Amino acid sequence: MEIQSCVTILNEWDIVAARQLGRNVAKELGFGTVDQARITTAISELARNIYLYAGQGQLCIDRLNEQGKTGLRIIAIDEGPGIPDIRKVMEDGFSTSGGLGAGLPGVRRLMDDFNIDSNPGEGTDIRATKWLR
Amino acid sequence: MRIPILKLKDCLLVSIQWELDDQTALQFQEDLLKKIHETNARGVVIDITSIDFIDSFIAKVLGDVINMSRLMGAKVVITGIQPAVAITLVELGIRLDDVMTALDLEKGLEKLQQELGD
Repeated sequence: MEIQSCVTILNEWDIVAARQLGRNVAKELGFGTVDQARITTAISELARNIYLYAGQGQLCIDRLNEQGKTGLRIIAIDEGPGIPDIRKVMEDGFSTSGGLGAGLPGVRRLMDDFNIDSNPGEGTDIRATKWLR
Repeated sequence: MRIPILKLKDCLLVSIQWELDDQTALQFQEDLLKKIHETNARGVVIDITSIDFIDSFIAKVLGDVINMSRLMGAKVVITGIQPAVAITLVELGIRLDDVMTALDLEKGLEKLQQELGD
């Protein structure tokens, strides 16, 4: 069973809207304050990546219920330039934007499951799930 | 909306009361530096008790404003970092090295006074 809500990311304000949506869903599903902060932060990082690197895209939140387990899945999809070397962006400290370089490895640590699919010229699809314990 | 910056003797007090968007964070950076310049403040306490998450962008803005303030001769203490914020910052891999912190506003002011030698 999945119920999905999405925010289209076009500007900085959409990043705020995406994390508000995520926080509300996390609360509604019963996540505690620490997991709410993890989920909100992960959404903020992924939405910002879309805004910075792809210009536009979609950030969706799925409410998951699989085999009696409740979870929240973040889906960040864009049709931007894609990532030529996924292994490299998953290294700590790698950044092309002059930011802190927390980026994707940080998001992976905040969430339970993390999957990235990207092809240069076609875009990027990142899925990250947090399960309710 | 702008974040209010209050003057108390030779220190500035800031309490961030709502979720920071990018523009507000950058405006705050500029406002704080101007205020330090105008008031000759020697110390700043930034209280973030009400902030329930910090992403890498906000962490960078905060870290930058602390370094910028230091360049101008003012010391900054961050107070009220919530447990959830501390956990996510470390997991995210963000280090705020050399940043003075204290549990709450009161301890932050004490720490600042010690640092300033009053």
